[in-house]
Amino acid sequence: MRADGIFIAVEVSDEAASDAALAAKLAEACPVDIFAQAGSGTLELVERNLDECVLCGLCLTAAPDATVKIIKLYDGEATLAPA
Amino acid sequence: MRFFEYEAREVVKRAGIPVTDYGFTTDPAEAREIAQRIGGPTVIKSQVLTGGRMKAGGVKFADTPEQAEEYARDILALEIGGHMPRGVLVDPKAEVAQEYYAGVVWDGTRKQPVMIFSPVGGIDIEQVAEEQPDKVGRRHFSNILPLSDFQAKEVIASTGVTGSALNKLVPIVTRLAKLFVENDMTLVEINPLGLLPDGSFVALDAHMDIENEARGRHKKLLTDLGVGDEETRQAREATPFELAGERVDATDHRGVAGNVTEFDGNLGLVIGAGGGSLTLFDAVRAHGGKPANYCEIGGNPSVAKACGLAKLVLQKPGVDKIAVMMSIVSNTRVDIVARGVIKACIELGMDPAEKIAIFRIPGAWEEEGFKILEKYGVDYADRSVSLNEAARRAVEKIEPHPPVAA
Repeated sequence: MRADGIFIAVEVSDEAASDAALAAKLAEACPVDIFAQAGSGTLELVERNLDECVLCGLCLTAAPDATVKIIKLYDGEATLAPA
Repeated sequence: MRFFEYEAREVVKRAGIPVTDYGFTTDPAEAREIAQRIGGPTVIKSQVLTGGRMKAGGVKFADTPEQAEEYARDILALEIGGHMPRGVLVDPKAEVAQEYYAGVVWDGTRKQPVMIFSPVGGIDIEQVAEEQPDKVGRRHFSNILPLSDFQAKEVIASTGVTGSALNKLVPIVTRLAKLFVENDMTLVEINPLGLLPDGSFVALDAHMDIENEARGRHKKLLTDLGVGDEETRQAREATPFELAGERVDATDHRGVAGNVTEFDGNLGLVIGAGGGSLTLFDAVRAHGGKPANYCEIGGNPSVAKACGLAKLVLQKPGVDKIAVMMSIVSNTRVDIVARGVIKACIELGMDPAEKIAIFRIPGAWEEEGFKILEKYGVDYADRSVSLNEAARRAVEKIEPHPPVAA
């Protein structure tokens, strides 16, 4: 799944998005509430918060390798590197 | 925040400084009762937060309680300088042998309070300072340590006051200084401080301003005086534009994007950081620019909050362009503010490159911020460009439109 703001896009692999435990972890980790859990426990991306991303990389730390990508739309779609 | 005279008198009284047996009321009939209790001639004074009461007919002398009621009724209906009175103060018409002045004001340059005393009271202290400078004593004092009796005596004696009057004035002056410091005041003034025929002193009028930011520290005092949280007591009512600015700031706890003041120019300002707002506002004016507003942004507001402020300014009638400028000291993230102001333009269907005259915010995350600005073609400046120069560049890009009334 992918959602685009004006400046930031977030991409999550389908496998990771359907993982309820990971969804909970991401929702807890993100300081600006980009990630939420749907009623079914799967991951939801909160579109109105995408541009609030502070590029902290906590989501990248919380998720297994490359399952979450933070994309800088203003920088040729460069992806945020894990800390 | 300024206090009404009746409130200031109460604060003075609580500090242990003698005051007259006054009464405050909003009811003419009660004014008569107060005058009856006082006995003898009284003064009926309008309680407004503006000067020129006497000239406007807001101060009248009553010989009888009936007259006090009549005058109170007149004064309560009298608008002075656009202000309706909060009520009237009924005060005994004191027989005064001499009028003195005692005040403390915050000296923003020295960052200390300064005690001012004069044996010439009842008129503006500025006038006394100009016409009889030897009759004005001044002394800065610590805002941590109390003003000592000795220091107070020095200030008073420097104006030629001696003997019994000097001894009686010392505790009044030291208590006034204590009141000033303990209550985070920016101004306290007793004028006139009356010397009565029996040799005692009494405060006949008082003015006070408390530091706005300190209101939270003095909730008990304000509650006791009946001052509600909603009472801002600004010089004028907030405009719809300014109220909208307050709402933007209240949307989110992160950072500041508010304290908006409306002006009638054509250059919208999104400015801030550690005194940057005042500096930049002055710089814009110094270069012949006409600001549409003053505001404060800093402390890392959210993108939505920066966007909300920028939208408010961009939509203000008469605004041609906005200048987004901050000093470096706040450490506010450059990229977050850049996103906010560009988002505001895009969501309003405006071209950021056209609408943002200049973006001059150096500091945290500036490389990321500059990438965003470059993508949208916004003219930006780094720390090598001074605030003054940034303001000049912004003003240069504005078409000379006539100001638009709010």
